Amino acid sequence: MIGKLDEMLRFHQTVLALRAERQQVLASNIANADTPNYKARDIDFNAALKTALGKSGAAEPTLVKTSAAHLSGVSAGVTATGAPLLYRTPAQGSVDGNTVDMDAERNRFMDNALRYEAGVTFAGGQIKKMMAAIQGQ
Amino acid sequence: MSLFDIFNVAGSAMTAQGQRLNTVASNIANADSTSGPDGQVYKSKQVVFQAVPAAEPGSTGVRVLQVVESQAPPRMVYDPKHPQANEEGYVAMPNVNVVEEMVNMISASRSYQTNVETMNAAKTMLLKTLTLGQ
Repeated sequence: MIGKLDEMLRFHQTVLALRAERQQVLASNIANADTPNYKARDIDFNAALKTALGKSGAAEPTLVKTSAAHLSGVSAGVTATGAPLLYRTPAQGSVDGNTVDMDAERNRFMDNALRYEAGVTFAGGQIKKMMAAIQGQ
Repeated sequence: MSLFDIFNVAGSAMTAQGQRLNTVASNIANADSTSGPDGQVYKSKQVVFQAVPAAEPGSTGVRVLQVVESQAPPRMVYDPKHPQANEEGYVAMPNVNVVEEMVNMISASRSYQTNVETMNAAKTMLLKTLTLGQ
């Protein structure tokens, strides 16, 4: 029973984790809008979600970190959940080698935030439904 | 939790942009300072930003790598009565370009604002997550 509940919420949990990660990548782009030679990055949400859902439910073994300075053991090209970080193709280049397009990034940032909140609402709805079924009221 | 890292990233950008605004303020304030603490004419200062990886993989903060002094020659103004005028009557004025500094100021304050909004958005998302299942 508990396993089924877990399975039911797994989709929403994966979506929210990926959305949160994408939000963090987009925030880095916005933060580095004035950094010379910084290349804007993003994750392909559809592909990352498909990969994440295709994975088996068993957790991968991780190393125990006892200090903040310890490395995560994940390469720099992927996020914490393993979604590959891609580089954005700039619409127009800039002299300092920076590829952040502030308007586009802010647009994506707000879009992603809204979709995250939608995900939270859907997950909340599912929990409510399940609560109603459990309580039978 | 990756959403909490947004506070670190946006915060680092706010610190960096704040420092940039600080150099702009000193450049504009000293646009006419013919002598600095070392007796030399004031030189325009500019910050150099550097991207630094944050705690979570994929998130990148920003910091001020160094503050460089402009190597442009000083602006020479003819004013023979000035106590610091040279033999030909010219005074070396700071190489501050006020128009450039104004543009720099607007850019820095806009970037700062954007990062404040980024932080607010992350905060809203986290608060929304706390209401999950209620």
